[in-house]
Amino acid sequence: MKRIRFWGTRGSLPVSLTAAAVREKVIAAVRGASGRVFASVREVGEYVDGLGLAVSGTYGGHTSCVEIETGGPEYVLCDLGSGLRPFGQAALARHGPASPQTYHIFVSHLHWDHIMGLPFFAPAYIPGNRVRFYGGHAELETALRRQQDPPSFPVDFSYLRADIEFVHLEPGRRYDIAGMTVTAKLQHHAGDSYGYRFESGGRTVVYTTDSEHKLVDPAETDGFVELFRNADVVIFDAMYSLAEATSIKADWGHSSNVVGVELCQLAGARQLCLFHHEPANDDATIGRILADARRLEEITRNGEPLLVTAAYDGMEIEL
Amino acid sequence: MQFSSRQFAEVLVAAPGGRIDHAAAGALEQALAPLLAQAESRKAGVILDFSDVEYISSVGLRVLMVAAKRMRGCGARIVVAAPRPVVAEIFAISRFDRVLDIVPSVRGALGHLSAPALAAYDAG
Repeated sequence: MKRIRFWGTRGSLPVSLTAAAVREKVIAAVRGASGRVFASVREVGEYVDGLGLAVSGTYGGHTSCVEIETGGPEYVLCDLGSGLRPFGQAALARHGPASPQTYHIFVSHLHWDHIMGLPFFAPAYIPGNRVRFYGGHAELETALRRQQDPPSFPVDFSYLRADIEFVHLEPGRRYDIAGMTVTAKLQHHAGDSYGYRFESGGRTVVYTTDSEHKLVDPAETDGFVELFRNADVVIFDAMYSLAEATSIKADWGHSSNVVGVELCQLAGARQLCLFHHEPANDDATIGRILADARRLEEITRNGEPLLVTAAYDGMEIEL
Repeated sequence: MQFSSRQFAEVLVAAPGGRIDHAAAGALEQALAPLLAQAESRKAGVILDFSDVEYISSVGLRVLMVAAKRMRGCGARIVVAAPRPVVAEIFAISRFDRVLDIVPSVRGALGHLSAPALAAYDAG
């Protein structure tokens, strides 16, 4: 595995920056530059790059879609959120419609935000392409077809002319797919969800979103420690605060930055990447959640430091 | 994890100590149970004296959340007192400082809950 590329990092539904939010970022940037003289565009760029993502950029608003670049010719993706659309556009721009490609897509679960991108995934409409959907849900095919039935969408699933196959994965069993060893794990979420452990070339990536940790059964904790064991990157649902997740949002099926740090520390993982951001959280709030997670890691560290990041649309992690 | 308790008038003060990690959280829950039952029957307050707690994990925080919910359900209050700086940071990072009453001292907590309890505390 070579790198991870994030095409969608939000939970629940896509969001976008408003004009007012952009204006606030511009004001913050201009105020920070007060009194400075920039000799070139390059210097302006360097200044902007130093402002931090909450001012100079955005965590973005597409829903879950993560690409794992394996180094091989076939594509590997996690989830079919709205971020799948720009991924598909990029793939077509790279290869053109006449060059057949293979896409392996691992689906965590069947809630709308994790499948909504498929009707807009252009490569799936092109004969010659191969698309393989993997997941633990028996209703995987039914759910993907149904969302394109009338009156929900004007283009029926039958118009997806690629060679499409649905592959059921049993949790706990190791599969050889696209040059990787892949293991699924059942997670606590309404209607169930599945996390995935990807291993290849001495590297391990874990994708675990829409997974609530009830903090009651030690065996459940142990199971996730094993899923995360020595992972290079753990992509982790940190949608709520721990207080929310254990009170008013208990049983909503999500987790927190605190649990992410703890599990990764217990598992000896190298990097925790916060994911599935609450759509109501603006960039500054996500930045604070990230800062809190880093501080928690720092004050509870016992051994090697854990790198903590927060995923944003367009982010790449080199493996 | 160490644990002790004392009582001032009708207010119970529970004092865990050490690390409330994943392994110790169950012991905290068990140690608190009879105190919570007693407080529940009297509708009295409970103070968690955190002055000797070095660390608390998410599992330990959940035990506090469950205890607070139980006390609220019977009209009683639970107050966390005197957390050390690291534990206070964990409360803030986890946003538990927004759902629990947290005060700097046991005496201050007693003052919040009961004048007779505070008088008993000051009487030594």
